[in-house]
Amino acid sequence: MTEIISELQRERVYRLAASGTRSDGRTPEEVRPLSIEKNYIKNAEGSALIRLGNTEVLVGVKVELGEPYPDTPDSGVLSTGAELIPMASPVFESGPPRPDAIELARVVDRGIREAHTIDFKALCVTPKEKVWICFVDMHVLDYDGNLFDAASYGAMSALTCTKVPASKIGKEDYPLPVQHYPISVTAAKIKDVIVIDPNLQEEQIADARLTIATDENGDIRAMQKGLRGSFSYEEINRVIGLALKASEVIRTKIKA
Amino acid sequence: MEDVEHIEKKMKLIDENGLRLDGRKPEDLRPIRMEVGVLKRADGSAYLEWGGNKVLAAVYGPREAHPRHLQDPTKSLVQCRYNMAPFSVTERKRPGPDRRSVEISKVISEAFDSVVFSEQFPRASVDIFIEILQADAGTRCAGLTAASMALADAGIPMRDLVASCAVGKIDGVVCLDLRKEEDNYGDADMPVAMIPRTGEVLLLQMDGHLTLDEFDKAFGMVKGAISSIYEMQKEALRKRYAVTAEEFADQPEQAPQERPPPPPPESEEPREMPQEIPPDYEEGQQ
Repeated sequence: MTEIISELQRERVYRLAASGTRSDGRTPEEVRPLSIEKNYIKNAEGSALIRLGNTEVLVGVKVELGEPYPDTPDSGVLSTGAELIPMASPVFESGPPRPDAIELARVVDRGIREAHTIDFKALCVTPKEKVWICFVDMHVLDYDGNLFDAASYGAMSALTCTKVPASKIGKEDYPLPVQHYPISVTAAKIKDVIVIDPNLQEEQIADARLTIATDENGDIRAMQKGLRGSFSYEEINRVIGLALKASEVIRTKIKA
Repeated sequence: MEDVEHIEKKMKLIDENGLRLDGRKPEDLRPIRMEVGVLKRADGSAYLEWGGNKVLAAVYGPREAHPRHLQDPTKSLVQCRYNMAPFSVTERKRPGPDRRSVEISKVISEAFDSVVFSEQFPRASVDIFIEILQADAGTRCAGLTAASMALADAGIPMRDLVASCAVGKIDGVVCLDLRKEEDNYGDADMPVAMIPRTGEVLLLQMDGHLTLDEFDKAFGMVKGAISSIYEMQKEALRKRYAVTAEEFADQPEQAPQERPPPPPPESEEPREMPQEIPPDYEEGQQ
């Protein structure tokens, strides 16, 4: 997944970032406009189409009956997948998921799972035999940077409007019990400059990336560093601070 | 909520004296043993025992990158394959890469990418293979630590060794280097890899629950541990390559136990004509 960036472009984006502005006019601490359309897909038990700037991700949740894991016989199951389909970018190719897509799905999954977002106990039908399994599938439609956050907001939004189809087994449908709202915020480091919610250009020239999921209490739930560059301890702490600040507005939007 | 979780877990991970299941204090590492140059064919290799973990790392290269379309004309690739043996865990693991291994391979490759002087080997690849023979939590840290020594053993030019260790939280206490039971029933786990000399963080992952204060404490702890692991790595390398005066006197004809430098990357076949320069995609997307 590589695109060639001219040195001039690289220099320009860096110079802008270093001067406190960005190629799309944002400040380094500003997230792109986020719009969320819940219940976008009729046949999914929950869904959301989200746009983060020009990045667009459609997330569908299918809830089906299945067997629990042997070590958690009375808990439902969460299964997260991501597809980087070729329509979303000239560099995405069809075929089985590549490491990028796998990392994306696993990082989103970790943020949601570690915050105990879903009350899995409420998804148990018959212990050891039948539980509800939530398949969260993230479909990237338009890739303009920061898939980690876009996909995560999409997944959270879709889960908040998911209905467990209990009428299939002669009970009443009920909303998926979502008890926490972890919010992931990703920062990109370009040389010595840190910006959050990187757009495509910024992401392409970034040296390092750090994704941090925080909960309502301001505690850290998951982290993932990526790309070849490094972060110092001070930089990590700065990103944590930025993530906490940015997460509040986003949480309100996803809850709405 | 949190209370309920603790009751459910039942398992007590820290006793009344503040000691862990294996008698360690929160800031104690498990015993670590390292050995460099353990494989014959690989250009570099290392074996590491870390508590219940047994890990083997091998390095091949710099060698021609395959498949060819991955070759980078400006630098070498650094490709890591992290793999768990089917018998390394309690329940047999199906052979081959699963999603977890793919992710770990990716983050380890990225961690080494900026440490290796890859610009010196255009179109080549430095291939790192990590095999987890026996797993007891913290395998990616053990694998990365071993791989770093294997790279040095292969004579790959690097900015420094990379050392790695995990820190976590069990029964609400920040503890270093969790073992399997602690990881399974604990509250958080955070693997970190650093260049110990500069404090640059090359790998950072975390899952679970840490407050900001706990994160600070955890980071301080793991940084200290990484420094001591770094010393062990250097010691293991010295042991492999240092020649004492006696040894030298015993074998006057033989050169010190130094390996020949890795062969230069195989010469290229004539290259195809450069293809049309790909369009600069994002130009029109503003």
